[in-house]
Amino acid sequence: MKAKVYVTLKEGVLDPQGSAVMGALKSMRFSEVSDVRIGKFMEIELDADSKEAEERRVKDMCEKLLANTVIENYRVEFE
Amino acid sequence: MKIDDEVIKEHGLSPDEYSRIVELMGRDPNMVELGIFSVMWSEHCSYKSSRMHLKNLPTTGEAVLQGPGENAGIVDIGDGLAAVFKMESHNHPSYIEPYQGAATGVGGIMRDIFTMGARPVASLNSLRFGSFYHEKTAYLVEGVTAGIAGYGNCMGVPTIGGEVYFNDCYNGNNLVNVMNVGLVKTDRIFKGYASGIGNPVMYVGSKTGRDGIHGATMASDVFGEGGEERRPTVQVGDPFAEKLLLEACLELFKTDYVVGIQDMGAAGLTSSSVEMADRAGTGLEIDIDKIPRREEGMTAYECMLSESQERMLVVARAGVEDKVVEIFEKWDLDVAVIGRVVEGGSLTLIEGGEVVAEMPVSALTEEAPVYDRPSKRPEAQDSLLSLDISNIMKLSDYNQVLMWLLSSGEIASKEWIYRQYDHMVRTDTTVLPGSDASVIRVKGTDKGLAMTVDCNSVYCLLDPRTGGAIAVAEAARNLTVSGARPLALTDCLNFGNPEKPEVMWQIKEAIAGIADACNTLEIPVIGGNVSLYNETSGHSIHPTPTIGMVGLIDDIKETTTQWFPGPSKFIYLITPTPTPDEEPEHGLGGSVYLRVVHGLEKGPAPRLNLADEKILQKAVLKAIKAGIIVSAHDVSEGGIAVAIAECCMHPENPIGAFIKLDAISEGVRPDTLLFGETQSRIIVSVEGDDEEALKELITSFGLRCEKIGVSGGANLKIGKYIDIPAEMMKKTWSGALESFLTSGSPTF
Amino acid sequence: MKFGIIVFPGSNCDHDCYHVLKHVFNQPVEYVWHKSEKLDGFDCIVLPGGFSYGDYLRTGAIARFSPVMDAVVKFAEAGGIVIGICNGFQVLTEVGLLPGVLMRNRGLKFICETVPLIVDNRETRFTSSYASEGAVRIPIAHADGSYYANAETVKELEEGSRVLFRYSTPEGEVTEEANPNGSVNGIAGIINSEGNVMGMMPHPERACEPELGSVDGCGLFESVINSLVKK
Repeated sequence: MKAKVYVTLKEGVLDPQGSAVMGALKSMRFSEVSDVRIGKFMEIELDADSKEAEERRVKDMCEKLLANTVIENYRVEFE
Repeated sequence: MKIDDEVIKEHGLSPDEYSRIVELMGRDPNMVELGIFSVMWSEHCSYKSSRMHLKNLPTTGEAVLQGPGENAGIVDIGDGLAAVFKMESHNHPSYIEPYQGAATGVGGIMRDIFTMGARPVASLNSLRFGSFYHEKTAYLVEGVTAGIAGYGNCMGVPTIGGEVYFNDCYNGNNLVNVMNVGLVKTDRIFKGYASGIGNPVMYVGSKTGRDGIHGATMASDVFGEGGEERRPTVQVGDPFAEKLLLEACLELFKTDYVVGIQDMGAAGLTSSSVEMADRAGTGLEIDIDKIPRREEGMTAYECMLSESQERMLVVARAGVEDKVVEIFEKWDLDVAVIGRVVEGGSLTLIEGGEVVAEMPVSALTEEAPVYDRPSKRPEAQDSLLSLDISNIMKLSDYNQVLMWLLSSGEIASKEWIYRQYDHMVRTDTTVLPGSDASVIRVKGTDKGLAMTVDCNSVYCLLDPRTGGAIAVAEAARNLTVSGARPLALTDCLNFGNPEKPEVMWQIKEAIAGIADACNTLEIPVIGGNVSLYNETSGHSIHPTPTIGMVGLIDDIKETTTQWFPGPSKFIYLITPTPTPDEEPEHGLGGSVYLRVVHGLEKGPAPRLNLADEKILQKAVLKAIKAGIIVSAHDVSEGGIAVAIAECCMHPENPIGAFIKLDAISEGVRPDTLLFGETQSRIIVSVEGDDEEALKELITSFGLRCEKIGVSGGANLKIGKYIDIPAEMMKKTWSGALESFLTSGSPTF
Repeated sequence: MKFGIIVFPGSNCDHDCYHVLKHVFNQPVEYVWHKSEKLDGFDCIVLPGGFSYGDYLRTGAIARFSPVMDAVVKFAEAGGIVIGICNGFQVLTEVGLLPGVLMRNRGLKFICETVPLIVDNRETRFTSSYASEGAVRIPIAHADGSYYANAETVKELEEGSRVLFRYSTPEGEVTEEANPNGSVNGIAGIINSEGNVMGMMPHPERACEPELGSVDGCGLFESVINSLVKK
C-alpha cells in the first residue's frame, strides 16, 4: 500500500521559504501571485493488514516523526 | 472577553498581582492592558524572583561602557573599539521544536548585539541535553545543532565555541544558551532610548504575525499535555530576513538619524516600546493600524504580544522618516512610522482612532513586583555531600578508565557538532573550536578576543555557591591559558521553579558564588539572562549558572593553545601551595570519574580559593606574555590524566608524552591522583631553554611549579598507570559522540 | 585592473573576499549591488559565498534572476574573468555559465573544515601559481556542495582538463574516504570551456593569511592577478 503524506506549515506560521519564492516570482513579473507556501511531500510504501491499520500507523508516523504538530499540519492520501 | 479569575491565571498573574494592577491603574484593566501587564510582569521581563539577588553582582569596572539593563553589555578594548556581548537562553522552545527553537535563539541574541550598533563577529553556545541513553536525546542534539547552524551560518557569523553536556537532569528540559559577541566603534554605540518629544517611532524588519502569543487566546488548545501547557509556542526563524535587517541597521547606524533603537525580542512590541520609553522617561503613542502585519484580522492584543522574529523598533529624529524608509526599502524590508514619542510617561495605543489601551510606563517597569522568595537548604543536601572514598571500588586498569572518560559525554570531542557550524566565516577565527577558549583577531589592530562559556552543573548541585564561583574561575582560567586578560562576563542563570524554597536557595547561593568570584578576580558582570521553571514532572534541572566570558589578547601573536606543539617540550604543573584540596580526595567529589565509572553524582564539590586562583592566573598570563610558554591547559573535568591527554591530541599532529606524578602522588589513591578535579591547576609546556625562566617567574608569585614530564613518543605514559598510543586516544575521543548519535536509537 | 564583488541579499563572504583582495593582495576592488545592471570597468568579477536569498527553494536558484546576473553573463561571454566561490559556484551553475549542479552533501549536514585538495590542472589562469606538487589545504563550509553532472558532462570536463580542484587525502590521493560531500570523482572546482569562468566550493579567501592556519588559497588569487597583469 502507498500513503502520500503532505506536511505543511500551519496557517499563521511564518514561511520564510515561501516568502522568498513569492518575492522572486513577483520580481519576475508574476504579479498575480499573492501567496506561496512551501511544504513537504512524502510517499510511503508499507505493508498493513487492513486499511484501518494502515491509517492508524501512518497517522502515528506523522505525529511522531514526519510532522512537528507544534508548527506543522499533515494530510494523508492513501492509494 | 471578561476578565475573571481564570483569565488572570491564564495570564500568569497571581490574584495579588492583579489587585496591584487595579490599584496602579485606578480601574480595571481591559484585555489589551492585561496582556501587556502579564508580559511585562512575567519572570522573563521583570526578573521578579531574581532581581534582588542579582543586585549583589559587581557590574562596574574601568573598561565597562555599558552594564546590565540594555540589550547587551559593552567593554572597551582600546583603539576606539568595544566588544558588545550577551548570552541568553532559549530552553523551552528548543525542547518543543529543536531546530526552530535553537535557530530563533541565535537570531534573538544577534539582534541584541546589533541593536547596540555593533556587527556580530562571533557566537558561542552552551548546550545541555539528557542522558546519552534517553530516547529523545539524539533527536534533540541533531535538531538543536542544525538550528544553530542553519541560522548562524546563514547570517555569516562564525560559531566558534561552546560546551555540550549530557546529564539525566536535562532529560525533559534541555538547555540552549546562546551567546553573541559584536564589535562597535566606541563613538557609534546606540541604545534603547525613546527620547525627544515628537520624534517618530518606526517599525522595521519583518511583518507581524500571530507568533508565540502567550496568555488566554492561544495557550491551552495547542499543548494538551500537562507539563507543556505553560510553555510558549514556537516561532519560525528567517535568517535571511535577519541578515537583511542586520545590513540595513548597520547602514542606518552610519547616519545620524537614530535617537534610540531596540529589538523586539520576547514580548515583542510591548517590551521594546515600554523599555525604551522607561529609559528615556517619556511616553509613547502607537497606532496599531500602522503595524505591518502578515495576517488579517489581528487584534491590538495580538499585535502587541506577538513574538514574530526579525523586527526592530527605532526612534528616529523628526524629519528624517523618509531617509530611514529609503534604507529599509533598499533591503526589501518592511518599514512604517507607527507612532510618536509623547510627554507624560504613558503608553497609549490607538486602533481605529480610538484609544484601546493607556497605561503608565512606570507601572509596567518600576512598579513590577519584586519577590524575596523564601529559601531553604534542601534536606537531602547533606547526604549528597557525603562521600566515603573507602567505599569506592579500586580499579586496576587505568588505561580503560581513561578511555571511558575520553568517550564520555562531558569530555568527548564535540567536533561532530561544531563541524556543522561555519566557524571560519569573516576570516578572523585564529583559534578554532576545541581549545580552552576560541580566539578571533580584530582586523586593523594587533589584538584578539578570546571567549569561552563554562559551567559545571554537578558542582553547582553539590554546592551551588562554590559551583557558581568555579564557573567564573574556570572561564577566566580558560581565557588566561589562551593568553587573554578577562574583561567581563555575561551570565545565563538556569534553574528550576523559584517558588520552591530549595530551588531559591540554589539561586541565591549560586549568585553569591558568582559575585564572590567576580569581586576577587575583578571581572564585572555586564549583562545576562535568567531562565527559571526549568523542570519536568516536578524534577528540577541541576542549577546551571552558565558563564560567558570575553578576554583581550593584546597581541594576537601571544595566543596560546592547549596542545603540545611537538616533541621535547618540558611539561610543568602549576598550582598554588598548597592546592585548595589539602586532602586530595576532595577533588573526587562531583567528578566525571565518579559519575561515569562509579555511577555516583555526589561528594563535596572541589574547593576553590579565589585569592590563590587570582595569583595563579596572573602568573601564567605573565609567563605567556613573556613568551616562555608554548602550550597551556587548565585541569578541569577528568583531572590531570584527561588534561594531559587533551594536550596530546593536537588537531593535526597528536603526540605522546612521558609523565611522572611522583611529586604529588604521595599517599594519594591512584584514581584521585589521575582523575580528581582539584581546582586552580594549569599544565604548561616550555622549551628546554626556558625552564629556569618559567620556574623563577612562577615561584616568584609564591606558586608551585612542578616538572611532571616531557612530550614525545607515540604513547601517553603516566607513571605505572597509563600507557596508550596518542592516536588511539584521539580516535576514541573524536568518534565517541558520532558513534553514539548514529548508533543510538532516536525513537522519541 | 579592478575586481568587483557581487553582493546578493544574503551574501556573507563578500567582506572576506574584499578584505583579501584589498589588504592581502593590494588590488583595487569594489562591491557591486545585485540590482546593478552594468559591470563596466571591471576585469574580474567574484560571486562570493553566502546564502543568497536565504538559499530557500534551491541554492542559487533565486539569485540567478537578480538583475546583475544578466550583466555577469554578458561579461563572461565577452571573455571577462568570473570566479564563483561556494554559493557563487552554485549561482554560476544555476545560471548556466558552468555545467552541473551542487547537491546536498552526502552526509546531509553542513560541513565546515579545512580539507586537502589537489590542483588537477596547473595550467589555467586560475591555478598557474600553484607550483609545487602535493595537496593544498583550503576550508570548505557548505551544506550543498556535492558536485553532480551526468556522465557525458563529467567526461567532457575531465578530457578537457577543466577540473581544477579535487578533494584528496593529505598525501594528495583522490579517494572516496577523502571526499567530504560525495562530489562525483571528488570534483571541488571547475572552469568553463573558454577558461574564463571558474567555480569552486572551497573558500580560498579563508586561506590567505598565516594566522588563519593556511595560505594555500593565495595561489588562486595570485594566478588571476598574474594573468591580468600579462593581459
